[in-house]
Amino acid sequence: MTTLSDPPKSDFRIGMLLSDTRYRSYTFQFIALLAIILSVSYLVSNLLANLDRLGQDLSYEFLGAPAGYDINQQPIPYNSQDTHLRATVVGAMNTLIVAFLACLTATVFGVIAGVLRLSNNWIISKLMSVYVEIFRNIPVLIWLIIIFTVTANVFAPIAEFRIPRDGSEPARTLIFGVMAFTNQGVFVPRLTFEAGGTIVVWTFIASIIGIFAYKSYVKKHLFATGTELPFWLPALAILVIPTLLMFLILGRPVGVQLPEMGRFRFEGGLQLRTSFIALWFALSIYTGAFIAENVRAGILAISKGQTEAAAALGIRPGRIMSLVVLPQALRVIIPPLISQYLNITKNSSLAIAVGYMDLTGTLGGITLNQTGRAIECVLLLMLFYLTISLLISLFMNWYNNSVKLKER
Amino acid sequence: MAQDHSSAFVRTQEIPPAPPPPGETGAVHWIKTNLISSVPNAIATAVGIYVIYWLLSGLVPWIVNGTWVTNNIRECREVLAGSGGGCFSVLTERYAQMLFGFEYPSEFYWRPSLAFALLFFAVPPALFPMYLPRGMLIATGLYPFVAFWLIWGGTILTPIGALAGVLVGYYAFTKLDKYGFAAALGGGIVGAWVVWQAFGMIAGGMPGFLALEAVLSRNMGGFMLNMILGVVCVSLSIPLGIVLALGRQSSMPLIKIVCVVFIEFVRGVPLITLLFVANVVLAYFFPPDSNIDLILRVIIMITMFSAAYIAEVIRGGLAALPTGQYEAADSLGLNYAQAMRLIILPQALKISIPGIVNVAVGLFKDTTLVSVISMFDLVGMIRGPILSSTDWAGVYWETWAFACILFFVVCFGISKYSQWLEGQLRTDRH
Repeated sequence: MTTLSDPPKSDFRIGMLLSDTRYRSYTFQFIALLAIILSVSYLVSNLLANLDRLGQDLSYEFLGAPAGYDINQQPIPYNSQDTHLRATVVGAMNTLIVAFLACLTATVFGVIAGVLRLSNNWIISKLMSVYVEIFRNIPVLIWLIIIFTVTANVFAPIAEFRIPRDGSEPARTLIFGVMAFTNQGVFVPRLTFEAGGTIVVWTFIASIIGIFAYKSYVKKHLFATGTELPFWLPALAILVIPTLLMFLILGRPVGVQLPEMGRFRFEGGLQLRTSFIALWFALSIYTGAFIAENVRAGILAISKGQTEAAAALGIRPGRIMSLVVLPQALRVIIPPLISQYLNITKNSSLAIAVGYMDLTGTLGGITLNQTGRAIECVLLLMLFYLTISLLISLFMNWYNNSVKLKER
Repeated sequence: MAQDHSSAFVRTQEIPPAPPPPGETGAVHWIKTNLISSVPNAIATAVGIYVIYWLLSGLVPWIVNGTWVTNNIRECREVLAGSGGGCFSVLTERYAQMLFGFEYPSEFYWRPSLAFALLFFAVPPALFPMYLPRGMLIATGLYPFVAFWLIWGGTILTPIGALAGVLVGYYAFTKLDKYGFAAALGGGIVGAWVVWQAFGMIAGGMPGFLALEAVLSRNMGGFMLNMILGVVCVSLSIPLGIVLALGRQSSMPLIKIVCVVFIEFVRGVPLITLLFVANVVLAYFFPPDSNIDLILRVIIMITMFSAAYIAEVIRGGLAALPTGQYEAADSLGLNYAQAMRLIILPQALKISIPGIVNVAVGLFKDTTLVSVISMFDLVGMIRGPILSSTDWAGVYWETWAFACILFFVVCFGISKYSQWLEGQLRTDRH
């Protein structure tokens, strides 16, 4: 029988800080800590010296001061007498609005282009690869400016919608009487809410949740009894009937206000400004090209054997797609898709190039220039985007864990 | 058994293969299967052909009827007289501004052009190492110094000194390598620093020695600025990215935390905010009397930006290596620096090259963002001096088409290269 001797317990010597791998990492970290402290204090001392020389200080009091500038798209009421803080919030909301809408449309463009690129129609698949290559290889800023310039120059001026003095027909009329594309933006109908309007909206949201609940019930019923309940008709009923009832009971609190030509400009309706349209469209079509590649890669990643195995089991083609291919492809597609959403949110800061008043335009643009509080403004700006990014990454990690192949 | 030979027919030759039935081959078959195999497919074909017709019906007259010789937009409109042609004379008249910016002295345009041409000798040895002799890498190594001298001008002593410093540092590194990586690195840095100081003094004393006329950084503009920012920032960010990736993998918590925070922070904010930092904030963190160029501050921030992305790509490469490689290095008794340099990084970098190229393409496109902080790169030139001049106000299709073509050629070329490289590097299957 062999005896195991304990490793020799040598006393700690100072040289072991360098020569012994057990202690060396402490030495390195100590040196690194020292270096970090030194460089940070060097930078901070420079900062303090510079602030002192310029007679400035660091404070966020300017956020409470009146902003004094106007914002042309206001999701919440705002006027130029409101504070910089409120202007910042309006800007942040504008960022989120355009990012959210661009995520939706980019997904639509991307899925369509990605699927069509795999189409067996030669012309269509080539057209789609031309779209993808052209948009992927030219900077989004150039696309943004091109689309902005084109919408501002190609669409008709508002004057052409005006009714001439002699009462004759105007040169242009609203499309279907509800929409107008002008060089100052697109005019669309606006929803108006009177008292009780929010209740109708909440009913609508609740019925959407109800549809999901019904769907999971149908699935449970299928697994429990093996018979399938009808889904689409009841879902439509759940979607429409409660909202309609509530709408009628409360005395039609939700209305639609159409844009109408006044004497000089459109009155009523909702004006989607050129800058907003350009930013929205440019972000969607540019990111759509990237999403198309992700979608294509995801579908190609599912081996043909899966489709064939499903077909051999006698599953119908449509169900093969929805039950076999898509669930597996989504696992490949969604993580890069979410990072494209992140890119859209970050790229929406390009708004400043076309004058859309997002957070970069308000806080990082006019507020920064007016107050001269560069450090504070840029810090807040970064903090906002960082929060959004971290939230999206958290969501992505959660999603990745939830769809991970459960290996046993 | 009797055999009846009278009615036997024995074929002595093989029948030549019959041609496939018409309609199962050639153009007709191709059209049948690829374009009109079903009704929806035929409709799609019709839609596709209409889209192509629509695009061409706009593009062809625009290019064919275009004019290339007028002096301003009014003359241009007279010449075109509503023929739908493009006013390409803005390109012939202003191409130099778009390429070099409006302040780079026109008599020196040959210098950046030559630097650009030399790029085609310097880059291939690094990009196609399997086809070109290794000795040509010397051209790659010399290129940064030559290009700096050509573009910025000044005495030749500056780039020579920089090169000498690098060489001395490298020599010291190889000589001291046996005393450990840290000692070698320290020795190399000290050696290079000493030489740089010495040459700095010499160059300061003889500013006219073999000098090209100096051009200030703020006079750089146009597509040249995009190229400079792209090439410089990508090359600088690769070493930084490697360090960050290794730091993120490190077992030392402090180093790991610092690297993770840096990478996640930079990846979480848009490039524009970092450019704002370069424009209005970074100056606060330099010593009060220093005066650092805007272009240098922008290079610092863009380098940090792309280093974080490259670090993530390399981290992917490091993670893709089998653990056996790390264990093999350990069992050979290599220390950390040796293991990384000799075993881990060569393989990890090989895996990450396509990813790094993708980051490089993205970064090159993102260099256009500097126009937002009022630098006159290609986009800034077109939006500013060209489209707002009285001569060319309103010639947006032609100018933006030119910008699109420049970026498309470069980015498409690089991404095709990356795809080709991916095929070359895939040595494990066919």
